[in-house]
Amino acid sequence: MKRVLIGLAAALALGSGAARAQDAAQVQRGQQVFTAWCAPCHGGKRVGNRWALPATASLEVKYKGEKPALLEQRTDLPAGALKLFIRGGSQSMPAFRKVEVSDPDIDAIAAYLQSTSAKGR
Amino acid sequence: MAILPPGVSQRDFNAAVRLFKEAVGEAWVFTSDEDLGPYRDAYATHWGEAEERRASAAVCPKSVEEVQAVVRAANRYKVPVFPISTGKNFAYGGPAPNMTGTVVLDLKRMNKVLELDGDRYTALVEPGVSYFDLYRAIQDRGLKMWIDCPDPGWGSPIGNALDHGIGYTFGPYRDHFGSRCGVEVVLANGEVMRTGMGAIPNAGSWQDYPYGYGPEVSGLFGQANYGIVTKMGFWLMPQPESYRTATVTVPKRGDLQKLISVVNYLEHSHLIGEPLFGAPLRALMGNAAFRETIVKAGGPSDAEMDRYASDNNLHSWSVELQFYGPEATNAANWAHAQARFAAEIPGVRFIEGDSLKIPLTEAQIDAAPRRGVRHGIPSLDVWSIVTRSIDPTGVNDGHIGFAPIIPRTAEAVFKAQRVFTDAFRSIETIFGANALTVPQAWHRRSFIFFTTLPTSRTNPEVNRKTRASMLKLIEIGAANGWGEYRAPPEFQDPIVNAYSFGDHSLRRFSEAMKDAVDPNGILAPGRGGIWPKRFRGNRA
Repeated sequence: MKRVLIGLAAALALGSGAARAQDAAQVQRGQQVFTAWCAPCHGGKRVGNRWALPATASLEVKYKGEKPALLEQRTDLPAGALKLFIRGGSQSMPAFRKVEVSDPDIDAIAAYLQSTSAKGR
Repeated sequence: MAILPPGVSQRDFNAAVRLFKEAVGEAWVFTSDEDLGPYRDAYATHWGEAEERRASAAVCPKSVEEVQAVVRAANRYKVPVFPISTGKNFAYGGPAPNMTGTVVLDLKRMNKVLELDGDRYTALVEPGVSYFDLYRAIQDRGLKMWIDCPDPGWGSPIGNALDHGIGYTFGPYRDHFGSRCGVEVVLANGEVMRTGMGAIPNAGSWQDYPYGYGPEVSGLFGQANYGIVTKMGFWLMPQPESYRTATVTVPKRGDLQKLISVVNYLEHSHLIGEPLFGAPLRALMGNAAFRETIVKAGGPSDAEMDRYASDNNLHSWSVELQFYGPEATNAANWAHAQARFAAEIPGVRFIEGDSLKIPLTEAQIDAAPRRGVRHGIPSLDVWSIVTRSIDPTGVNDGHIGFAPIIPRTAEAVFKAQRVFTDAFRSIETIFGANALTVPQAWHRRSFIFFTTLPTSRTNPEVNRKTRASMLKLIEIGAANGWGEYRAPPEFQDPIVNAYSFGDHSLRRFSEAMKDAVDPNGILAPGRGGIWPKRFRGNRA
């Protein structure tokens, strides 16, 4: 019985390690996709005391401080919410096709945003 | 919402879709409403209305062979297909087809930078390559050459060139279609054709000489529907050593004539990049009487405008010049430019700008609007003009461009100001023109008298006004001899209709060719106002 429990614990440890690696890979993939497809508008570049990129500047006007203008600081963007914006567009942002940003890419962006917002907390 | 191509049965459509799936793989054929949503034009002026142009399916090939297989299947079942490259031609149609029911042939997966040559300054790319991709590929290889990019960097060099798009550096490179050299096309019968030297197997000079021998047919594929471009070569600009800016201002309204004349001399002598015209009298826009003066019927007199200028110690016109090249050459060219302006225009003033070594630092790029694109660095910075940071009311979700070509003369500018100021008084739009509206010198030998009209995905009334305004502006332009260089699909027919010399001989010739090379009318029906016989009744 003890051997079984030790074996189970080892398997769980191994499993959680593999899961962590998988999570890290997904976050890394999310960062790549975000950098390529989102950051040119939603990035954090500042010029002087203002956001330099169009979508970040626009969200600052929209949220008036109620939410962060920067997506990488948001805690309320799980994959389902992201999908609505990415596949449907929003205001002047057009929708993105699956050939550009796939569904697994959206999951990865969500994982990346979760990781960046957690760092900010 | 199931949509079928006009005149195609459900059975034939299903059979074609089955063949498309065999050609490209099931995962790369989209038919559901959810998957086709992003193929709608987000800036459509009929958004959500019955007239909005919608795709019946989307097919995404990865190779030339897959494109050929799709075209053969389309021909077999007479299903029309509409090729897009990156699908980012917003304000001019986005990823949506000209004719509802057309299958979008999405070439985004064909995204290889095939060749870069830093000694001959050439590139060969596939249609799914974006300006971002091409820029990165050049940077990654450390090559000292520039691309010329439009405002939004996610567009395709091929797609933008095919729609006669423009950029912001040196004249020959700003004309993206004009800087092409060598094209590969899949024809309507599924054959692959290469133009110029590419027609000689293994020539090695495909991107060196565009003409080959015989007719140079690659020009037929711009704003047209005779084939699907799967490769295009481009001539690129050697990275200059330095960059210099300077501004010239002239005191009187009538000085615009000499100002433009000298600028034309400088640009056509390849001494300057894009000239940026301006109107210093805009500083008076806070003055209500002045605002009324610049929109008065028939336009203000030169004397009135000159009085405003002299009373306020302002000059009437300005032009910012861009010099690219060795530092000493830029300095000499600027000195030469000053001498030419001074000889022609009494009272001209010169304002020194920046003189910078290339590549610029990030801070130097950020120091002036659009400086990045003037250095061939793609971005999406321009999107701010359609976001809340510029329009806090959030009324507009996008815009379309009204972009008539006018001659590069002051006479034409003044006439366009008068005509379009009067036009905007009588049509419903929040945009407009006035006696200070300056022309854009994007295309090196002409002016574009550009304005934008808003679109909305929530307010059909905005779109209704925009459609009515656009049609009226096209009509007024045509009556004055001005035609648009580019437009969204729903306005391409009225625009082509204005190119009517010889009882529309140009359109009849274009459509005779269309019927000859695409007898089933399967390639992009309606693109560029060219309708195949089968769908000619769809002409607006």
